Amino acid sequence: MELGSLQRRYIDFTTALFREGFLDNQYTQLQQLQDESNPEFVLEVVTLFFEDSEKLLDELSRTLDQQVVDYKKVDAHVHQLKGSSASIGAQRVKNVCMAFRNFCEERNQEGCLRCLQQVRQEYFLVKSKLETLFRLEKQILAAGGSVPVLW
Amino acid sequence: MLSPRGPKACGGGAADRQIHVLAVDDSSVDRAVIARLLRSSKYRVTTVDSGKKALELLGLEPNVNMIITDYWMPEMTGYELLKIVKESSELREIPVVIMSSENVPNRINRCLEEGAEDFLLKPVRPSDVARLCNRMR
Repeated sequence: MELGSLQRRYIDFTTALFREGFLDNQYTQLQQLQDESNPEFVLEVVTLFFEDSEKLLDELSRTLDQQVVDYKKVDAHVHQLKGSSASIGAQRVKNVCMAFRNFCEERNQEGCLRCLQQVRQEYFLVKSKLETLFRLEKQILAAGGSVPVLW
Repeated sequence: MLSPRGPKACGGGAADRQIHVLAVDDSSVDRAVIARLLRSSKYRVTTVDSGKKALELLGLEPNVNMIITDYWMPEMTGYELLKIVKESSELREIPVVIMSSENVPNRINRCLEEGAEDFLLKPVRPSDVARLCNRMR
């Protein structure tokens, strides 16, 4: 694909991500911290988020699957997931975590399981979107262009 | 203690007296973000993932100009770390800043009463880091 189309695609894609609430301003904050001396900063932080989240989602499945659910543990994991999603601007993941914590407080197993499903869905959605974004950035750079700055 | 530096002169300082900040957070994502934020202000940053490791490092390297710590950590909270630092004759002069993703007034007050320099809500912004610069030891 030629450079101009790639850049337009990047702009449209990014704009949609923000409009649809997948990402919020915190993601923009991270982009602003990236520079020539830290050219991969966003990718590094998002990669940490992916690793962390997948571990947490596995832990959550395990903990909610027990005969007697330890809600304190569930809450601690959700708190962590909420924190890291907030730190990278993964708004929809963060919002599900907030509802999830309420169900933990009520010790509502069904509510928790529903939230787990939802948070998993939102996580994999934002993961795939971010991977697309990074791929587009790579393609733009490979085509000799610069990534449009949308802030 | 008045700082001779005005706000414009904030920042890490010359290499020989570079300001060293110890960042404590159990989240790898948050460690990466806070480290980048602090380093962009030219501070030297060491990150650890627990209060226990923070105390070990402080025992070996007392040359820390500020501790910035997450509140909620397993085993030792940021509040507990704050208390230990403020009760230690060697460490008590080091300013301690607490970070938390939750805006709980009681928690904030307790930390400030225990001697915390400041309390930052996460996600931490560059403007939050900027306002810490006058508080370094």
